[in-house]
Amino acid sequence: MSVAVAIDGVAKRFGSLRALAGVSLRIAEGEFFGLLGPNGAGKTTLISCLAGLGRPDAGSLTVMGHDVVSDYRAARRLLGVVPQELVFDPFFSVRETLRIQSGYFGIRDNDAWIDEILANLDLTAKADTNMRRLSGGMKRRVLVAQALVHKPPVIVLDEPTAGVDVELRQGLWQFIRRLNRDGHTVILTTHYLEEAQALCGRIAILKQGQIIALDTTSNLLARFSRQTLRLRISGVPLPQPLHARASEHEGEWILQLTSPDEIEPVLSTLRQAGCRIEDLHLVQTDLEDVFLGLMQENSCQPSPAS
Amino acid sequence: MPAVACLVMYGFRTLLYKEVLRFWKVSFQTVGAPVLTALLYLLIFSHALEAHVQVHGVAYTAFLIPGLVMMSALQNAFANSSSSLIQSKVTGSLVFVLLPPISYAEFFLAYVTAAILRGLMVGIGVLLVTVWFSLPALTAPVWVLVFLILGGGIMGALGVIAGIWADKFDQLAAFQNFLIMPLTMLSGVFYSIHSLPEFWQQVSRFNPVFYMIDGFRFGFFGVSDVSPETSLVVVGASLLLVSAAALALLRSGYKLRS
Repeated sequence: MSVAVAIDGVAKRFGSLRALAGVSLRIAEGEFFGLLGPNGAGKTTLISCLAGLGRPDAGSLTVMGHDVVSDYRAARRLLGVVPQELVFDPFFSVRETLRIQSGYFGIRDNDAWIDEILANLDLTAKADTNMRRLSGGMKRRVLVAQALVHKPPVIVLDEPTAGVDVELRQGLWQFIRRLNRDGHTVILTTHYLEEAQALCGRIAILKQGQIIALDTTSNLLARFSRQTLRLRISGVPLPQPLHARASEHEGEWILQLTSPDEIEPVLSTLRQAGCRIEDLHLVQTDLEDVFLGLMQENSCQPSPAS
Repeated sequence: MPAVACLVMYGFRTLLYKEVLRFWKVSFQTVGAPVLTALLYLLIFSHALEAHVQVHGVAYTAFLIPGLVMMSALQNAFANSSSSLIQSKVTGSLVFVLLPPISYAEFFLAYVTAAILRGLMVGIGVLLVTVWFSLPALTAPVWVLVFLILGGGIMGALGVIAGIWADKFDQLAAFQNFLIMPLTMLSGVFYSIHSLPEFWQQVSRFNPVFYMIDGFRFGFFGVSDVSPETSLVVVGASLLLVSAAALALLRSGYKLRS
């Protein structure tokens, strides 16, 4: 499969702050890729460099093989970016905004596609409304529409669902998923880790301008796979052999397991001791555990800025 | 036309259209208000001075009209590109222009052309309301148009520089109040520099706006403080210089593509 986005050794400094410390990354065509990391990790800086909004101090970036600096016209035509900030031009209506955006990409008579985007983003009724009169969630969807006017094969969404309510978020994801199924490469940054887990096939986690994890979502989950058994018991106290892996929290015992095979021996120990099980549930690892695990693993490293 | 050239043209044309639509949607404020201001200047100065002053053998009101037309056109050309840029920088909507495949030269041309068009519109507006008071002769209309367009271009390009440089509205206001206003007000809008003391006449000759207004006025009356050819050379050279500076800023990505 060919490469949609290639990032090679990209470094960027803002004064004494090292925002990106040599990031290299390849994203294949058709991927749904997640870019995660805490605030200030460099996600937005990396996207800015890809979109030509910022210039890297070192390294290179290409979109579908076109360098974002030397061949910026081709690169930008192939890239659609939904910026993180909720920005809009207060002079224009939704339709005017989208027509103008089409024109910037050299596209005239784009109304058929504009209508389709508006319908998919549930904005048809607001087509002739001035941008100022839209709610925050609607403005956010217009930003998505603006990024799609030129049908870019690579779509970057920088925190697209911040401030969008649950129902609209579902609608938005349905649309983005469809675009991905139709062959568009999607790169997503988000703070909602469950969103990334549900949508992204592969994930890179950035911290202090460096990639600290890069793998498929399922591999990342497997790597940190830790089932947790939560128990409420009565009758007799927790048998001694289980104490090593157990901790108590608000009357509930939390037992760490490395695999589901360990459930049966735990239950058998409890039965033999004469415990009565009041409540029991098994909790699976999610991306949040992976994220926190990785952040802790890497917290002893010296800061790259120092 | 090859596809790329067509795309370049259309990107530039759309940005120009957007910039014109932007000021046209608020034309009451962007065209109406400066026309009213110019009218007030004319009413006050012509009332106070008409009976006492003649310049180059022309009645004062008639002499004043081209100066006011040009001053209004120049100030509004500057205001157009600079305020559009600072607004879209402060609100963040400039990103919509920075993400598409628009070159820095197209960007520059679109902003400057829109500034020239706003200058022309304001200039024509001022002329239309002031001819009621005195109809100035129009002996060489080509000079009128040439100086109006070149002058608007210089101010539009200066507006691009100021709009890129300023981070806040008050920085832009400082640029406007401490550079653009004195340059235009002290350029011979209200007087012929021959009425000034020798020292101030020499100082005026370092003000490029003086040549814009003097050449522009020549188009009306056929007389001027310096020859229109000299003015054309100074104004043309100023345009090249300011444009080169604005283009260099845009090309470097200064404050726009950090």
